[in-house]
Amino acid sequence: MSGSTDRMPRLLALVPYLLARPGIRVDDAAQDFDVTPKQLRKDLELLWMCGLPGYGPGDLIDLSFEGDTIVVTHDAGMNRPLRLTGGEATALLVALRALAETPGVVDGDAVRRSIAKIESAAGQAQPAGVVVGGGVREGKKTARTREEVARAVRDGRALRIRYYTASKDQITERTVDPMRLLIVQAVGYLEAWCRRAEGVRLFRLDRIDELTVLDEPSRPPAHAHPTDISDGVFRERPDQREAVLVLDPDARWVAEYYPCEELDELDGGRLRIRMRYADQSWMVRLVLGLGGEALVESPADLASDVGRRAADAVARARHLPSTCDH
Amino acid sequence: MSTARAERLVNLVLALLSTRQYLSAERIRGIVPGYGDAASDEAYFRMFERDKTELRELGIPLETGRNSAFDAIEGYRIARRDYELGEIDLAPDEAAAVALASRLWDSPELTGQAQGALVKLRAAGLEVDDQAPTVVEPRVRAEPAFGPLLAAVQNGQAVGFEYRRSGSPERIMRTLEPWGVVSWKARWYVVGHDRDRGATRCFRLSRVTGQVRPVGKPGAVRRPDGVNLLQLVSATSGSAEPSPVTTARLWVADGRAAGVRRRGTVVGRSTIDGEEGDLVEIGLYFPESAADWITAQGPDVVVLEPDVLAKTVQDRLEAVVARQGSGR
Repeated sequence: MSGSTDRMPRLLALVPYLLARPGIRVDDAAQDFDVTPKQLRKDLELLWMCGLPGYGPGDLIDLSFEGDTIVVTHDAGMNRPLRLTGGEATALLVALRALAETPGVVDGDAVRRSIAKIESAAGQAQPAGVVVGGGVREGKKTARTREEVARAVRDGRALRIRYYTASKDQITERTVDPMRLLIVQAVGYLEAWCRRAEGVRLFRLDRIDELTVLDEPSRPPAHAHPTDISDGVFRERPDQREAVLVLDPDARWVAEYYPCEELDELDGGRLRIRMRYADQSWMVRLVLGLGGEALVESPADLASDVGRRAADAVARARHLPSTCDH
Repeated sequence: MSTARAERLVNLVLALLSTRQYLSAERIRGIVPGYGDAASDEAYFRMFERDKTELRELGIPLETGRNSAFDAIEGYRIARRDYELGEIDLAPDEAAAVALASRLWDSPELTGQAQGALVKLRAAGLEVDDQAPTVVEPRVRAEPAFGPLLAAVQNGQAVGFEYRRSGSPERIMRTLEPWGVVSWKARWYVVGHDRDRGATRCFRLSRVTGQVRPVGKPGAVRRPDGVNLLQLVSATSGSAEPSPVTTARLWVADGRAAGVRRRGTVVGRSTIDGEEGDLVEIGLYFPESAADWITAQGPDVVVLEPDVLAKTVQDRLEAVVARQGSGR
């Protein structure tokens, strides 16, 4: 917010802001406006030159500095902030409505009260025509998990979890030090230091099959950094391999669902993509599940694994249990 | 923005706020410092036009009017009651909710707008700490089409856009009378009357490609009374927790297919093809998609019942072999 385009909103907000906080320190005010103390002083010097027509001593905005604190002694009629713009009211109120629909984040009642108050203060600027519903995709069991995980994060307690890792199709027991609870695109995750993997991991709440809150405190090591989720929760890792697939129309959802690179549009609505994967068995399951609606072009070992698993499955289904038991 | 211009704009706002009379452009030139520097009438009017545009973009309600019927030209003023943010007071838990909401967006543009709102709320005397640590951090993504579509809803204006259906490369032009923008389970939709289909339709914003163009005049679209936007979207995208429609009986090889096991109950033991395994019963919610994730398990899972599922899985496996070869 230090760009020049944001200077006007700041200049119009500064005097009422200072009026509400007589004797505030320059550094504290600068922090609230997300600018340097130097920039804030420049803004104050500018405002000090402004005032009402006549521009005599009683007309100009007057500020008094005492040490590093500021008091407004004359506001020249600028004592309230400007109303919210339509864009500002929309961004804040739609976010609040999303928050109200996301259980377990903050007290839902507080969110609804704040929505009512901001709508009333925003007046005509409040966003019509936006509705938010169903902030979380979760069943009853996951809702219970979320509540227990939230409590462990709040109380700073370590957890013992039984976790299903979809990429490896494995269930493992782990002791983790919870760091935060994330809700990204309506799916809940526990971010924690995993003592087994010795790293920060995101655990999908709906894949935590069992959970015990331990007596010991959550103690993630100092070098455990929160995951950057600005590009979503999938991350590329250096050990990943690349596959080239051709998707038939019914399998095109893969390109929407997983991060991948769209290479060519082919005839008949088919799409060639390049996709990265960490675990071969996961990739084999993905392609098998597409039931012949996708073709692996490379790598060759992935293509042959897919074919072999399918052929083995066809052969096995011909041996039904009754035929083996005699 | 130059310091001189910022100073001139602040003085202009203060002058227009303090007057009940409409001030003519000529009068403003005479009293507001900074305009005196204009070299000519033309330079002044250009400068004043740019400043008016800037004030309107900031959201300042600039009124125009005449003080009396005898006035030849219009003047300007800012009505204090329209300029000022309404009275607001937030309890600490409400302020915490607002702080969290301000950092919910996954889009720089909307985050900037929410931050702008916070600056004004703080200027109204509220303490809103948006750096406070929280237990839960929700994120909400907004698609590029969100802004233009919401503007069209609010202006009552029809829109045209290119839309890509799921599973199809085709991009089809749609013309929609938009009634509302809806977030359902963290996905954005626009709902309205589809002129091409002559029916009510929902579109996912993530599948809108390219520009959203306004079509026709603002004010031409009106949402019919009694329309429940959320219901229209949730009906299209399925309900939250359905009950299982059928039970499947599967054989699962020992130590394999953990993902399948955790959905079901082990009811016995059995051997197939010389392999030891468990008999597992699973309640199926969507038998159609069950065939997908069971096929994905390959030889580790065999469907025993129902027959129709066993047949579907077998067909898909054979389709994979036909497409990919048998890997040998």
